[in-house]
Amino acid sequence: MAQRERPLSPFLHYRWQYTNTLSILHRITGVLLSLGFFILVYWLAAVAGGPERYAEARSCLGSPLLQLVMFGAAFAFCYHLCNGIRHLFFDMGYGFELKTARASGWYTAGAAVVLALVVWIVLRGSLGGGA
Amino acid sequence: MAQFKLPENSRVRPGKDHAAPSGARNVRTFRIYRFDPDSGENPRVDSYQVDMDGCGPMVLDALIRIKNEVDSTLTFRRSCREGICGSCAMNIDGVNTLACTKATADIRGEVKIYPLPHMPVIKDLVPDLTNFYAQYASVKPWLQTRTPAPPDSERLQSKEDQEKIDRPSACILCACCSTSCPSYWWNSDRYLGPAALLAAYRWIIDTRDEATGERLDELEDPFRLYRCHTIMNCAEACPKDLNPARAIAEIKKLIAERQH
Repeated sequence: MAQRERPLSPFLHYRWQYTNTLSILHRITGVLLSLGFFILVYWLAAVAGGPERYAEARSCLGSPLLQLVMFGAAFAFCYHLCNGIRHLFFDMGYGFELKTARASGWYTAGAAVVLALVVWIVLRGSLGGGA
Repeated sequence: MAQFKLPENSRVRPGKDHAAPSGARNVRTFRIYRFDPDSGENPRVDSYQVDMDGCGPMVLDALIRIKNEVDSTLTFRRSCREGICGSCAMNIDGVNTLACTKATADIRGEVKIYPLPHMPVIKDLVPDLTNFYAQYASVKPWLQTRTPAPPDSERLQSKEDQEKIDRPSACILCACCSTSCPSYWWNSDRYLGPAALLAAYRWIIDTRDEATGERLDELEDPFRLYRCHTIMNCAEACPKDLNPARAIAEIKKLIAERQH
């Protein structure tokens, strides 16, 4: 009789629901955020470095690829913030009814998109894009 | 550390197809995870075409029909067939639930059936729940008292106090919640998981229990309790509509409150 180590049952086929989707997105945006801050530091360094450095940074950050990365960073910030607030309510013991948790999940995702667009429009001028 | 790839011996291979009996008119396809510990082979997914005419409405009815009429080696746990024993917990159509209370008609397309996720498999749909039960035992799920019992009555509590433990007491230990939790998948060696923590909560808030402090001491640990990140897969999966996520949040609150 063949006796060997028991296999591990599959788990990655678990259905994507709002629960695990929002949770993994929270982690991913957390990582992206820390990467996005490199851009912010670069921009701040350029501001401190005088008009020439700043003009150089503006044209560099104005490239389509970096614009896309920056929008991603803005979304990451907004999503992480909104979902962080949602989790603050969880930690206080609110919002655990499935209906409420589902609704707050959808509102969080929607609010993050809207907020990201607002942040983007406001910041675009100052971060080199609109010039 | 989270691992995403199944170990070599756990990779699922394509399996056999079992065609519907001739003349069947109402056919559904069931794709079922199979593992035979005696074969030395990797797990596989077999496909069964089942005639739903004359078959009961629940997924468990179809499994029993397959076992009776097509393939008697198909192995799964079942007992009460009415959602109170918790034996037939499995992953159906991507989510954990009880086969006896899940209607086949509620599933679109092929019915995919796997054992509870990220568990050692004994055979087919039967996972090894040893660790799960040990975790349950570790929260000491019984009444602990210091004071002597009243000589002429039981330890009494008010109706309101009883109602607090009413819901968490309804847990049937089917393991649907714990094995739906990504945190439990990757930390089940140290994280107690939603089912054991719900049980712990049930005794923590029991007004007759006198070991609340010790119970909270036991749980105040970065892994045992705080690996819960409020993902909420547990509450979505529970076939008894319980809410382990809320119970865990309440335990965290109690620990935070007693520090002030």
